[in-house]
Amino acid sequence: MLTAEQTNRWLERFAEKIEANKDYLSELDGIIGDGDHGNNMARGIEEMRKKLQAADPANGSEVLKNASVALLSKIGGAAGPLYGTALLEMSKQMTEADDLSAVVKAGLDGVQKRGKAEEGEKTMVDVFAPVYRELEAGNLTVEAVEDAVEATRELKATKGRASYLGERSIGELDPGAVSIGYLFISLIEEGLTDV
Amino acid sequence: MSDIGIIISSHVADLAHGVYRMLKEAAPEVSITYAGGTDDDDIGSSFEKIQAAIEANESSHCLAFYDLGSAKMTMEMAIDMSDKKIELMDVSFIEGAYTAASLLSGGATYNNVMEQLAPLNIK
Ligand SMILES: Nc1ncnc2c1ncn2[C@@H]1O[C@H](COP(=O)(O)OP(=O)(O)OP(=O)(O)O)[C@@H](O)[C@H]1O
Ligand SMILES: [Mg+2]
Repeated sequence: MLTAEQTNRWLERFAEKIEANKDYLSELDGIIGDGDHGNNMARGIEEMRKKLQAADPANGSEVLKNASVALLSKIGGAAGPLYGTALLEMSKQMTEADDLSAVVKAGLDGVQKRGKAEEGEKTMVDVFAPVYRELEAGNLTVEAVEDAVEATRELKATKGRASYLGERSIGELDPGAVSIGYLFISLIEEGLTDV
Repeated sequence: MSDIGIIISSHVADLAHGVYRMLKEAAPEVSITYAGGTDDDDIGSSFEKIQAAIEANESSHCLAFYDLGSAKMTMEMAIDMSDKKIELMDVSFIEGAYTAASLLSGGATYNNVMEQLAPLNIK
């Protein structure tokens, strides 16, 4: 299992990326959705930071659980229950086994149970699923995550707000795919994919 | 009168309140509670408000109606964490909720309400 310190570092790096790209995420969401994804995520990570700083967790699982509660209660859009479920399921799986790919798989399953999206529907699932496969195969890289994010550009949205746009949702990146990409890039950059 | 309550969840506080008022006029004795908007009353969903709407409902068996995306998913998470029996209805928001409210107010049975809601299933 990741230690509390490692998990805190991972999520803090993620928070920094969200903060730095808040306007960009909202811009993307403005093109195919309602333009609030950056603000939603920023609200969520602000609460997450508060919760994580106040907590005294024994291990990585507890850190993820605290983060999930914060994101669920403060994001305020579809990303709230989706990130909330993902982190909660990852937190549970972390107590079961040491295998990080199983942890990511549990998060992916949670997101799919909550949002009912399959791959190819232009959502965060289109990054989550390939990340899991690469991790399982032992070669998850930043480039692989970026490629998965980029691949959402040509997809037509059939879930979430963007689905109301039909064909017009093609041509730009999915904002939730970009933000979840930051989560996994942060994991790699902190060197936690092979601990 | 009925033992079944109604819960409304919308992205917009005014919309949730408006639907509540419309239903309440037709069904003054059905327990109806609602949640709309984010914690700051922006457009979106609030887990806390939805939980409060579930708690505040006088019925332990409720039908829940929602407009879009996060109003549904956030409700689902709150349902998972609640002891009450809450059924999420994938029907057209206003027609569905209004149908349920008027039927329940008129003393319709649970099965009867479900039958009438079935053709409104659009989600
Ligand atoms: N059903 C779903 N399954 C998986 N991911 C989803 C689903 N619906 C939306 N998403 C993801 O959420 C992102 C949008 O998050 P955001 O916080 O902007 O929510 P929103 O769509 O504005 O929420 P709301 O449902 O309140 O309108 C999308 O870019 C997509 O990646
Ligand atoms: Mg949005």
